Amino acid sequence: MALIEIEKLKKNYVNDEVVTHVLHDINFTIEEGEFVAIMGPSGSGKSTLMHILSFLDRPTSGLYKFEGKDTKDFDDVYLAKLRNERVGFVFQSFNLLARTTVLDNVKLPLIYSKKKDYDKLAEKALESVGLSHRLNYFTNQISGGEKQRVAIARALVNNPAVIFADEPTGNLDSKSGNAVMHILQKLNDRGHTIILVTHETDTANHAERIIRVKDGEIISDEKVTKRTIAEADRDLAK
Amino acid sequence: MTILGIVIGVAGVIIIIALGAGAQSLVLGQITKLGANLLSIQPGKSDEKGPPAQLFGIVITTLTRDDADALRAVPHAQAVTAMAMGSSSVTWRSKTIDTNFVGTEASYPQVTSFGMKEGVFFDSQQEQGGANVAVLGYSVWKQLFQDTGINPIGQVVKIRSSTQTEAGGVPLRVIGVVEERGVAFFQDMDDMIFIPLVIGQQQLLGIHYVQSISMKIDSAENVQPSIVDITNILNQRHRIRKATDADFTVRNIADAVSILSTITNALRLFLTAMAAIALIVGGIGILNIMMATVAERTREIGLRKAVGASNSAIRNQFLIEAGTLTFLGGVIGIILGIVISYLLYLLMIYLGYDWAFVISITSVLLAVGVSILTGVVFGLYPAFKASKLNPIDALRYE
Repeated sequence: MALIEIEKLKKNYVNDEVVTHVLHDINFTIEEGEFVAIMGPSGSGKSTLMHILSFLDRPTSGLYKFEGKDTKDFDDVYLAKLRNERVGFVFQSFNLLARTTVLDNVKLPLIYSKKKDYDKLAEKALESVGLSHRLNYFTNQISGGEKQRVAIARALVNNPAVIFADEPTGNLDSKSGNAVMHILQKLNDRGHTIILVTHETDTANHAERIIRVKDGEIISDEKVTKRTIAEADRDLAK
Repeated sequence: MTILGIVIGVAGVIIIIALGAGAQSLVLGQITKLGANLLSIQPGKSDEKGPPAQLFGIVITTLTRDDADALRAVPHAQAVTAMAMGSSSVTWRSKTIDTNFVGTEASYPQVTSFGMKEGVFFDSQQEQGGANVAVLGYSVWKQLFQDTGINPIGQVVKIRSSTQTEAGGVPLRVIGVVEERGVAFFQDMDDMIFIPLVIGQQQLLGIHYVQSISMKIDSAENVQPSIVDITNILNQRHRIRKATDADFTVRNIADAVSILSTITNALRLFLTAMAAIALIVGGIGILNIMMATVAERTREIGLRKAVGASNSAIRNQFLIEAGTLTFLGGVIGIILGIVISYLLYLLMIYLGYDWAFVISITSVLLAVGVSILTGVVFGLYPAFKASKLNPIDALRYE
């Protein structure tokens, strides 16, 4: 059973009676444990595709099966539960809560789940991104790279099936970006499915498979031949 | 600023309830001080609730001591006393003070129920014989004797009516001092000197009539029948056939109390309306700030939804925030309300009223409940709006 299965997926936006076709007839399958990059220039529809895959948006038509179930039948409450338990997000602009500690940010998804031991789970997630020493810092006191690692810990804390990363290195310098990619590869090695959205070939090459999107259509879907393996950052290696 | 309306509203609720309780205790205190079940018969016909005729300068001379004696026949009358009053100056040694004198009968203490601080009230023999004796009110004693340390009993004071121009006065031997009575019906009951009725009538006022007769009835249910009895007796004595020709008025203290409570109720209603308006204004303030908060935190709402918050979780979060905001306003309002009520209490005590400082648990709970409710009611729309935001649009919101 494939983790994600989509067939003839379409998305239109209607604005002042003008219909914009963002996605047409998208078909692909993603298996559990894959590391897939969705690539394309801005306006290609790659972000819209990711939003649909991650239950933030709904397709106009077509089939989307997640873990074998048709998502068409899911109601808002169930979608919220899926976002909470089955998927994790890493955004380009981090989206951390201001005036809140690192630990509390990571705990946020747990508040909406029925899990106990908030602190333990959140500390464990922060440890896996190498931020155990920043637990009680406020989010405005840490660097951009650290912010993105907090966001990854937050995505990770509920042990989701898929982590969606939308341009995770877009706002970072190359060194911090490399550290983020290293963590994503490490998580993939541990069995997490990673879906990365980017417009940079360098970043996309960290994945195992690249789906190229242009003008709302898939133009190629192939394995990465020369995969880039991000080196562990020396500062992080301890 | 936002919660100011709530603060004012809640403080208003507390003050209104405290004020109501204070006014009630004041009124009740006034009744018990004058003695319950008290009737007062005054010369001249007047409207039941209007002022007595004397206030208009009309002197009616038909009410007499004999009337008072005749009224002792009323079956439920416990005590009856006739009174002739006026202002006077009282001199002891070199000190002279102005005070009111009350020429009355020996039964006066039973009618108005009070005790003696020192000595005794004059008895009926002394009173009817026109003995030159006097009983001092508490503040009269205080002004004349307290500092000197001299026992007032047996001392001789000189009293003369304020209308009397030449020097001198009637010498009276002090035989008693009344205990402190405070204010009853907005009149200082301590600033008085009590003398036998005949002394007051003949030597100070030069009159043969009385200005008032007071009667104590044995129980509340007998008050109305007694009014009928009094009216019948006096009509007969004064040969009055029609009620409109009556030259006297029977007043019931309870009537005056009901007038007072009408006033306090009106005041309460007015203040309640003010508090309600303040709460509505405060609620609109809450609505405003919550709308701003929702707009300001659109991205946060998007993020919370992205990590799994359901619509109801978002709605509850904003409802709780609005509720907390107004609850805080409520707490400040309660503190403010208690402080203001206490200041009012101090003011009333300073003015000499027997006010009570009462903050009931009910009023505090009511105020807290109302403030939280305001927050929830006015927070509902913004919270609902926040919960309906599309996560993607919310996340992209700049």
